[in-house]
Amino acid sequence: MDHDIPGTTLFDGAMAMKGYALNKMCFSFNDGANRAAFLADEDGTCARYGLNAEQREAIRSRNVLALLAAGGNVYYLAKFAGIFGLDVQDIGAQQTGTTKDAFKARLQAQTFTQRA
Amino acid sequence: MARIIGSLSTSHVPAIGRAVAQGLQDDDYWRPFFQAWPPVQRWLAEEKPDVAVVFYNDHGLNFFLDKMPTFAVGAAAEYRNADEGWGIPQVPPFQGHPALSWHLIEQLVAEDFDITSCQEMLVDHAVTNPLQLMYPSQQWGVKIVPVCINTVQFPLPSAKRCWALGEAVGRAIRSWGGDEKVVVLGSGGLSHQLDGERAGFINRDFDLAFIDSLANDPQWATRFNTHQLVEKAGTQGVELLMWLAARAALGGGAQKLYSSYHIPISNTASGVLVMGAGC
Repeated sequence: MDHDIPGTTLFDGAMAMKGYALNKMCFSFNDGANRAAFLADEDGTCARYGLNAEQREAIRSRNVLALLAAGGNVYYLAKFAGIFGLDVQDIGAQQTGTTKDAFKARLQAQTFTQRA
Repeated sequence: MARIIGSLSTSHVPAIGRAVAQGLQDDDYWRPFFQAWPPVQRWLAEEKPDVAVVFYNDHGLNFFLDKMPTFAVGAAAEYRNADEGWGIPQVPPFQGHPALSWHLIEQLVAEDFDITSCQEMLVDHAVTNPLQLMYPSQQWGVKIVPVCINTVQFPLPSAKRCWALGEAVGRAIRSWGGDEKVVVLGSGGLSHQLDGERAGFINRDFDLAFIDSLANDPQWATRFNTHQLVEKAGTQGVELLMWLAARAALGGGAQKLYSSYHIPISNTASGVLVMGAGC
């Protein structure tokens, strides 16, 4: 069995089984009407998709690490984040316990260009 | 007989689409990235490809987990993009090439690849962003044949398998009876990770070695299993599988024409690589 990769969870069958309801709800957020419906009735939307207690709490807390642990796949979670106008750098900052500016600065510190 | 003119592999970061929509190409942050593209656009203007066969990964627009193909080939007459949940603009539709699509599907299955054929298919930023970079006017100069490789649900196809797919796609294109000029696109990468405590991960050394390998030792990356690729390039860095497949389609005699690599574009180490096919 492969060793764990630090700070990384592979979205394998086990995670897929765990997170199906959560991921299905977040996939629905491709559609603007579904995003609006979530904002209008978060409880009802989560209940309709059959989220379990862990997933419901992770959604309520808007916590990406908790959403991943509950079986969320980042491509669908990105659509959930999009409801609140958050991009991958916002969620990167949250997951690494920093501000968005600090998260961006860490990347900027590695600025590098090479053309050949 | 159809001819492959070469491959064009490029990052497809969503922020690129936003930068284009907002006219940020000349900002300090964006300039190094967008300045890489005029030579690519000149090459396209000289070569005038008719068709782009696009190796890319869908990010939860066209496919969901309910039905997740490993390899899917589009056979639609037209492809549109759609809302992905975070505000991507609609671009003009892309024309497909159904006859060429079906030829690829038939040839791939004849070579024992297991292909999902798609007669309706939405394409996401992985297709729209490279095409926008290639044709900033959004007057698409090419018809497209999308070839979607699963990078959402593990187990992913191996690098070795994606190389083999690319080679088979190359053979299929070269056996097509039409006289189209074809460019093969590899969309995605390079190193990045969006999820987990390792979000923001970038691996410059690996990326540069990978770009170099496509010219000098093209099957180098096929020695790594998926787990190793994730470790080295990040959970989303596995999109380098698209660059591998595109390179494999060229066959022997391919020459590197141009590359550009720039960190960071959003969370991503961005790259672009143009290779000319051998004669």
